[in-house]
Amino acid sequence: MFQDKKAGIIKTASWGSYFLITLSAPEIARESRPGQFLMIRVSDSLNPLLRRPLSIHNRSGQEVEIFFQVAGEGTRLLAQKKAGDFLDILGPCGQGFSLKPEFKDQEIFCVGGGRGLAPLYFLGRELQAAGARPVIFYGGQTLSDLPLKKRLEEAGWETYFSTDDGSFGFPGLVTGLVEKELEKRKPDYLFSCGPEAMMASLAKICQTAVLPAEFSLESIMGCGLGACWGCARKIKKNGEIKYLRICQDGPVFPAEEIIWPGD
Amino acid sequence: MVDLSVDLGFLKLKNPVIAASGTFGYGLEFQPLYDLNLLGGLVVKGLYFKPREGNPPPRLAETPGGLINSIGLQGIGVEAFGREVLPRLAGLKTAIIANVCGEEEEEYARVAEYLSRQAGLAALELNISCPNVRKGGKCPAQDPEATYRTVKRVQQVSSLPLITKLSPNVTDITAVALAAQEAGSQAVSLVNTFLALAIDLPTRKPKLGNVLGGLSGPAIKPLALRMVFEVTKKIEIPVIGLGGIFNAQDALEFMVAGASAVQVGTANFVNPLACPEIIKGIEDWAKSQGISSLSEIVGSLKV
Repeated sequence: MFQDKKAGIIKTASWGSYFLITLSAPEIARESRPGQFLMIRVSDSLNPLLRRPLSIHNRSGQEVEIFFQVAGEGTRLLAQKKAGDFLDILGPCGQGFSLKPEFKDQEIFCVGGGRGLAPLYFLGRELQAAGARPVIFYGGQTLSDLPLKKRLEEAGWETYFSTDDGSFGFPGLVTGLVEKELEKRKPDYLFSCGPEAMMASLAKICQTAVLPAEFSLESIMGCGLGACWGCARKIKKNGEIKYLRICQDGPVFPAEEIIWPGD
Repeated sequence: MVDLSVDLGFLKLKNPVIAASGTFGYGLEFQPLYDLNLLGGLVVKGLYFKPREGNPPPRLAETPGGLINSIGLQGIGVEAFGREVLPRLAGLKTAIIANVCGEEEEEYARVAEYLSRQAGLAALELNISCPNVRKGGKCPAQDPEATYRTVKRVQQVSSLPLITKLSPNVTDITAVALAAQEAGSQAVSLVNTFLALAIDLPTRKPKLGNVLGGLSGPAIKPLALRMVFEVTKKIEIPVIGLGGIFNAQDALEFMVAGASAVQVGTANFVNPLACPEIIKGIEDWAKSQGISSLSEIVGSLKV
């Protein structure tokens, strides 16, 4: 865990409301694992006050990348940052996706909805490096919600796209696309990050298919260090239901531990 | 050479900066980021006798310059703290202060009694002021008599020095401070959070799962400063000031208002290095002003 008060922005890219920022942060880059996140100070002012938790999208040498969509004041300010600016970042925070030794030669589904694709690119790269076969499912409302399409295609992984309006790829929800694929084959594991409703529905699909899965959850956070307990959520751990911290006990949890709204 | 040490009478701190309860976990959470021995002290998260579930989420809402929380003192309970956490803190060369909570007087007494039998604690902070655990934000610190009774009861069973943490959600905080002093509290810390509400207009629902929460952060600093000023004029025991301290200047202002030491809370979230940076800032300022001991500035407000 490091606080880098002056992580330099090397480059930025944007597609409508989606943004990619590449940062120089050698210590954080070295320690990062897929599914972990950064706590980012978006402004020097006291409004907004809190840091913003954002998934680590990629690591390359001494650099880390974040990919996000403007969703409120914090991300709006972050989106204004330019190459040459500095960011105060804290990380890597939390427990990432589990990278199991048995994944070697196995087929791993990685399902991202909208900006939820953020941690899955890093995950795909690490899975590939570990000898696993990542299969990516990337869904959005419309084609412009799939800004990382090119990046995924260039990675050379088996990749499927879906749009709710049918403007590209499978017409419909990404969960429908995964379901269709599961009729044809049985992967060994599934990882996902995206809107809560999407993940909840995916969790049921995995349960029916007896497919082990892990989901990355989101919350407003105070510290990102496990100190404030502001991001607590009810989790089933060892048969007991209690409030655990998304920042420190998560953000990634095994499917069987998560209690979805409406469960 | 500036002497940053602070003598509270019952406790000598190497510097006046203490990490505030509820924002610093059980202390260990910040250990990866800096040497905790730099701190004047740290107050661990509030302890009830039994583990406590805490309030339903969402537990945090941001406001301009402020943070409303309704954590509800989720915690591991005092026995698990004594068994698993305290031994890991005991080797630190900083004042470890435990924050004592209770549903009623007897629980405060049980927690304090248990803690006073453990090695490694410098003092107890009596949390009679959390707005998040009783209906409507009620707490003993809203009533001088309830404050007196609770402090007195804890005094009977605990051998450790007692710091009573006061609530700002009162008409006259000096009356409560006096009651704590009369009951034998060795110091008071103020203020805890301001009872607050945040609304999500589109859904017309409260932003917090527990409806009301406690406001902290820079937004409350002028209010907290005023209360520290009022209380230090009325009581003899030392005052530990807190409420929106984000930098060395804020900390020094509390000391000029009359605080002998300060606590830093919400700032730990925004800048995890807030405490050591504030300590350094205080030292630099004292040097630049030719001040050799911080006691020179305590209560030095020119009015």
